[in-house]
Amino acid sequence: MACSASACQSNCYKTQQEEEAVKANNNTNSFAANISSSNNNSNSGLCLKCKANQPISSNSDGGDDARFCIDCFRGNLFGKFRFAVTSNAMIAPTDNVLVAFSGGPSSRVALQFVHEMHSKAQKNFDACRDRSLPVFGVGVAFVDESSVYSAPSNETDKVIGDVRLIVENLAPPSKELYIVPIESVYSSDSGDGRERLKKLLDAVGDATGREDLLLHLRMLALQKVASQNGYNRLLLGSCVSRIACHVISATVKGQGYSLPADVQYVDARWEIPVVLPLRDCLAKELTMLCRLDGLKTVELIRSPCTGINGLVSSFVTLLQEENPSRECTIMRTAGKLIPFHFNKIEEIDDSNVLLATRRRQKRYNLKPNESFSSESFCFICNSPLSRSDLLSLKNLESHKTSSVCCSSCQFQILPQDPSSVNELYTLLPEQLFARAKHDNLDHCSAIREQIQDCLLSEGEDET
Amino acid sequence: MEESADGKAKKAGARLCCLCHQKKAALKRPKTLEQICRECFYEVFEEEIHQVIVENQLFKPGERIALGASGGKDSTVLAYVLSELNRRHNYGLDLFLLSVDEGITGYRDDSLETVKRNEIQYGLPLKIVSYKDLYGWTMDEIVKMIGLKNNCTFCGVFRRQALDRGAALLKVDKLATGHNADDIAETVLLNILRGDIARLSRCTSIVTGEDGPIPRCKPFKYTYEKEIVMYAYFKRLDYFSTECIYSPNAYRGFAREFIKDLERIRPRAILDIIKSGENFRISTSTKMPEQGTCERCGYISSQKWCKACVLLEGLNRGLPKLGIGRTRGLNNDDKKDTKKTNGTKSIESKQCGTLDF
Ligand SMILES: [Zn+2]
Ligand SMILES: [Zn+2]
Ligand SMILES: [Zn+2]
Ligand SMILES: [Zn+2]
Ligand SMILES: [Zn+2]
Repeated sequence: MACSASACQSNCYKTQQEEEAVKANNNTNSFAANISSSNNNSNSGLCLKCKANQPISSNSDGGDDARFCIDCFRGNLFGKFRFAVTSNAMIAPTDNVLVAFSGGPSSRVALQFVHEMHSKAQKNFDACRDRSLPVFGVGVAFVDESSVYSAPSNETDKVIGDVRLIVENLAPPSKELYIVPIESVYSSDSGDGRERLKKLLDAVGDATGREDLLLHLRMLALQKVASQNGYNRLLLGSCVSRIACHVISATVKGQGYSLPADVQYVDARWEIPVVLPLRDCLAKELTMLCRLDGLKTVELIRSPCTGINGLVSSFVTLLQEENPSRECTIMRTAGKLIPFHFNKIEEIDDSNVLLATRRRQKRYNLKPNESFSSESFCFICNSPLSRSDLLSLKNLESHKTSSVCCSSCQFQILPQDPSSVNELYTLLPEQLFARAKHDNLDHCSAIREQIQDCLLSEGEDET
Repeated sequence: MEESADGKAKKAGARLCCLCHQKKAALKRPKTLEQICRECFYEVFEEEIHQVIVENQLFKPGERIALGASGGKDSTVLAYVLSELNRRHNYGLDLFLLSVDEGITGYRDDSLETVKRNEIQYGLPLKIVSYKDLYGWTMDEIVKMIGLKNNCTFCGVFRRQALDRGAALLKVDKLATGHNADDIAETVLLNILRGDIARLSRCTSIVTGEDGPIPRCKPFKYTYEKEIVMYAYFKRLDYFSTECIYSPNAYRGFAREFIKDLERIRPRAILDIIKSGENFRISTSTKMPEQGTCERCGYISSQKWCKACVLLEGLNRGLPKLGIGRTRGLNNDDKKDTKKTNGTKSIESKQCGTLDF
């Protein structure tokens, strides 16, 4: 990704390093596992990788991560990131990337790595005589959820101030920062979004359902700000640990079918495709990098997870303590499930895409026949619906519109009795229904296509 | 269970059963939290199992069916309910009780007494196959030789084969086991935690081993453990509830504890886990290793010798470690787990398959 012009011969030190990163990544898929396998020949007390520098910590108190030197540790993490980016065509030179920054260590590292990649690309661009290829754009978005947690305004101001400072302190070129209030999911002409959001969350009885709904709204808010400001990639800092929790909680909520959609490097079912370049990094590693490199993070005002999500996260923490490679194994299991057709960036017919990148894509991406398409999505959480979901929906079709919903959302978000369902519908952001209608139109036209030859007149009511 | 049966009954007081609206509610149904009377509980409990049997076509008229009988709650309730349903709905099945005597003094001999009483109570013929007869070793003797460390490996491998051999002796068409919804949900989670995609794809099947000598089925696939306990309790069924003395897990495994915690805040989570397990998108090319037959005993095996023969060879040659390390990923995994935690904690609840099958 260093310089994207394959023709450029100036100081673009991409391929060799990248190949190394790939290699490193392949045998350090699980950082912890790698360490334990090389434990046997660690005689000297030097860094396990370069065997030259002092490790971060020589005693085992610091955990396995500490047996690399700082440079190798950082290099290893950045390697995983770059590997994910290049082998999945996450960022092309013409792309405009919005980094979702929550203030936590994972998205802080994501921001840092994107920033480093960006400055390198910029440097290469400046050095290249032939400036035909642009450098990708970077913006940062922070979703302000203070209205949900009713935090005192001075605390909110401090958090936002800190976020602003972090983004401003990144070396130039400066990056646009968007502070996105969560209530911005409502269209501006629909009155007091804050009030409506509060009412909506109050109307959801199940604590887990409320948390999950908020998560869906956060994504909606990010999608909206990305779309309105001309971004074409939304980059999240989701790490192995986070994804492992999601694997278990989705399983527990009966969402086994749609689960593989959420755990891939790329998720293009959204208007703005979502990419997860830190998918192979552990939370522990990312936190450590923040500490070592003095990357500032922001203490968040968020209530801790309760209900199912809370149980799952303490379960996974317990398992991880008992076996340090457990989170990786959980993610690997989910990785073996068949992804969906939208789990990749659509093939760009662009001769500028590095040949190496394309080759790698071929090697690591799914075979097309393995990912069959699915046409209906839950209008609340946007997860693809399974056959059993669709079948059980038949009798529910009676109330409102084209909006179909997965069994999980139906249980934990929608109220039990139909009259309250309609009330809840009035509180949901309009955008959700627009998306559902759009999907449904596609669906209808697909059906129409299939029966076209049997239709007699050229459709009297065509618009 | 005690709290939910007695405590809740008192609190519910005059509240009527929400199914029949006539009798006083006597319990809160674990699966749905509905307050219902005892008679309605029996009714829905049995009817659900009947529906599962019918919808999945578990049995055909005229079939001979062995019921794995350990004397524990699951298999006791299974024997009781199946003989009841067989009569009521004219399944036309010949039912048999099939027990394995591992040769564990103070555990299996007592639980076998329970099974023998069940034989008389339910009028079902009983067949007992013993490790001693099949392998020449009792579990007591095995433990004396290898200690308490890997005994569950032996226990599990030997039992699985012993059940098949017993079923063959009875000339049955199928073997029904008492695995309940909690067991299956736990298995789904364990296979995720271990990355065993092949087992993950099969573990929610209600019928397994159709390619093997004797297919097995799980009529309790959707039946909650708590409801089985409740049913046995109210019906005053005669079952044996002591833990295996060689099973090092008097505690519950992590995964099981997690499921119990989930059930407490959301009872349907157990069914949701099973549903996830059924709907996982797993490539059809993900298969278990090719099955052949053991060159020594003729039992199905993916290797030259079946697992039981390898273990047995080790025992007979005085090298009991033989075959233990070479087990599939999960057992390697287990060892790592136990090493890490001094053998006091494990992620799974039933290390040797299940004593209470
Ligand atoms: Zn080093
Ligand atoms: Zn949904
Ligand atoms: Zn009743
Ligand atoms: Zn055992
Ligand atoms: Zn054999």
